[in-house]
Amino acid sequence: MVTFTLNGKTQSIEADDDTPLLWVLRDHLGLTGTKYGCGAALCGACTVHIDGQAARSCVLPLKALEGKRVTTIEGVSQDRDHVVQRAWIELDVPQCGYCQSGQIMSAVALLNSNPAPTDAEIDYALSGNICRCGTYSRIRKAIHRAAELLRGKESP
Amino acid sequence: MSDRLRNSPRVVDFGRRVFLRRTACMGGGLVLALALPASISGPRGARATPSELNAWLRVSADDSITILVDRAEMGQGVYSALPVLLAEELEVDPTRIKVAAAPVGEPYVNALNGGQITGTSNSVPEAWEKLRKAGAQARSMLIAAAAQKWHVAPADCRATSGQVVCKGRAARYGELAATAAKMPVPKDVVLKDAAHFRLIGRNLPRLDTPAKVDGSAEFGLDVRLPGMLYAVIAMCPTIGGRLKSIDSSTALAMPGVRRVLPTASGVVVVADHFWQAHKARDELRIDWDPGANASLDTAAICALLEKAAANPGVSALRSDAVAAALKGGNAAEALKKAAKTIQAVYELPLLAHATMEPMNCTADVQANQCDVYVGTQVQQLTQTAAAAAAGLKPEQVNVHTTLLGGGFGRRLEIDFVPAAVEASKAVGAPVKLIWTREDDVTHDLFRPPAREEVRAGLDEQGRLLAWSLHITSPSITARFDPTNKDPFDSVIEYAQNFPYAVLNFDLRYTRQEIGIGVGYWRSVSHTPNCFAIESSIDELAAAASKSPLDFRLELLAGKAHHTQVLQLLAERSNWGHPARGHYQGLAFMEAYSSRIAQVAEVSIERGQLKVHRITCVIDCGQTVNPRIVESQVESGIIYGLSAALWGNVTLRNGRPQQSNFNDYRVLRLNEAPEMHVHIIPSAAAPGGVGEAAVPLVAPAICNAIFAATGKRLRSLPIVAHSLV
Repeated sequence: MVTFTLNGKTQSIEADDDTPLLWVLRDHLGLTGTKYGCGAALCGACTVHIDGQAARSCVLPLKALEGKRVTTIEGVSQDRDHVVQRAWIELDVPQCGYCQSGQIMSAVALLNSNPAPTDAEIDYALSGNICRCGTYSRIRKAIHRAAELLRGKESP
Repeated sequence: MSDRLRNSPRVVDFGRRVFLRRTACMGGGLVLALALPASISGPRGARATPSELNAWLRVSADDSITILVDRAEMGQGVYSALPVLLAEELEVDPTRIKVAAAPVGEPYVNALNGGQITGTSNSVPEAWEKLRKAGAQARSMLIAAAAQKWHVAPADCRATSGQVVCKGRAARYGELAATAAKMPVPKDVVLKDAAHFRLIGRNLPRLDTPAKVDGSAEFGLDVRLPGMLYAVIAMCPTIGGRLKSIDSSTALAMPGVRRVLPTASGVVVVADHFWQAHKARDELRIDWDPGANASLDTAAICALLEKAAANPGVSALRSDAVAAALKGGNAAEALKKAAKTIQAVYELPLLAHATMEPMNCTADVQANQCDVYVGTQVQQLTQTAAAAAAGLKPEQVNVHTTLLGGGFGRRLEIDFVPAAVEASKAVGAPVKLIWTREDDVTHDLFRPPAREEVRAGLDEQGRLLAWSLHITSPSITARFDPTNKDPFDSVIEYAQNFPYAVLNFDLRYTRQEIGIGVGYWRSVSHTPNCFAIESSIDELAAAASKSPLDFRLELLAGKAHHTQVLQLLAERSNWGHPARGHYQGLAFMEAYSSRIAQVAEVSIERGQLKVHRITCVIDCGQTVNPRIVESQVESGIIYGLSAALWGNVTLRNGRPQQSNFNDYRVLRLNEAPEMHVHIIPSAAAPGGVGEAAVPLVAPAICNAIFAATGKRLRSLPIVAHSLV
């Protein structure tokens, strides 16, 4: 039995303790917003936050989570009203959408630590998240837009 | 089901509820071929039975409007663009529309593809009249219902914002729908002209975006059914090999493992959870018979193609009137008289699709029914494959199309479907079969390798006198239709539509199989053919001492739309005036009923290539949503750039050597160039967009590399060449 905080609530899980968090979330808890893309921390589709830091859940075994604070895409906001989600909607960032939970989790973690990132800082923070549809130019714009929203600038 | 619906606020599932009455009256227009069964127990229960105004439109008494989209949403925006076509004529606000995936059915056949197929970049072109007509007919029926209710002439009524109005009276569509559904379907409806479009041509928000920013959008991988088990598959590492023997005793003794099942596609491990199945797969002791490909490697494939290319090949000229201009002349004879000639062999590697969502399929086989939940571009083929695997009739299989985590042609294949169905049938429970990324890359149906040899010549004035191409490649088409002896193949299509004026043209094709199946990779023939055409045109321009732009404009003289694209591109890319230390390369293509051109601006320092900027101009006729067009063009550029720079699947002993994103490298955000997309305003019928931008990237960059270094790169990927 491993106990951690998931999206603000205490969660205890009985599962093989080497099960990656990704599959605990998806199969055991029904939180399918976090995606499987590579299983090797190469693509970022499975990005979640562990104690506020972006982490690849596909290589994170359950046993390492005792007492940790886990946030998934489902826990980012109640009504898609996080500035990153609002910016993503405003710019229609997603195409197929499969990688976008991971992209958003990386963007949220970046803005939490750096509310006004430069292009170079966005490059660094998002380089672990692959998008095969090629939404990169809008991801970059949307992160800048989210930073504006953070500063209270509502009109684009 | 409850999980599925809770997770998908906007996308609802009609597949289980709608039963199709097969009719012979198939055409492009409105087909009222759907009949609901007498008792409907839809999962939502409470909602009133929706009225079907036609195959694509459901209106409920509570005014909710659902549009069934018959193309798969794989990022290209069909769940937004197609509803807009219908909404434009129906006079409803698109944000009020719910979108559902259409089930398998004749009305949903893509008339341009001859099947229920999402591909060939023709979703909007095919739907352009069909869905606007369906919207207009439904509107007309709603007006007829209101006119009957109010005892007024239909001509005195008008549809606006989801209601019919007449002299101060108004009725909501929801109130009228049940009556309207019984009205005769009008044969002739007049569609709006472009000047009156309210929705078409505007940057409306995509309808699928909200669900894609909070994790609720449902892809195939996300399907959850009560009692569902999970499965992985062990496939022979040598392509085409077979199972010889298996010892599954260790795997079967592991926690959660329910079944180990040899199938025609591989050995399926079914367990309570994915991770249990995954771990158990590692413990299978399998002896594979590698089969005929045991010693197949990339060098052998290249040698096969090279040897086959010594054959004369078969003539692959189009015989129709459209191609009459290319039929004239005799390229071989003309080349003897040319003042200058070029001969160049262009070589293209195998490529994997690498969709972000690996292949997966969820199947629920019951006694007389099978439900398949899958991200697919081919609903009918999926139904047929599932029926065969389940031992049922096709009409007993319901195909529920989920969102696709990328398609790119990979999901035109159904190779991941039968094993899921067989497993569900064997264990008597719903089974979700998930391919790992390694399965996905190593068992892809790759873009075929090609060897394309151009011989071309110029006259004394440096004008193009003759151009000929000999393509040597395995066939894609033959796998689907082995009896077809027509020299046409999906690998030569773009060359058949050579866009430039030339008096002496020849195209020959030598089919050379390589021992493994090959597939449709985004833009199909256009990537290899456009690389050969646009690289050789650049070589010819250099031989003629003309600028690559002027040479192309000469060859497109008199074609106003083509030259407009190139002229605007020259202006927007600052052609001829790159930044200091930068070099430009150009490529043009006419395909998918669109015209598109790109300039790549690059620099090379100490052998390191940097792609700074790609400027692209597209004339794709009337746009439904310009912002989606722009996204699709950028998407094609990024996809084409990954392939141009690094894309290469190599084989050793019949085994693909790449398996994940560490060795099958794709472009990341920090590597993405600046992109500038310009859309030429047009009221012509829409052309295709989704694949159009992909093929130009490689030739534009290689032509820029030539401008920078004088080196001609005649094979891909670029990373294989030294640029020092």
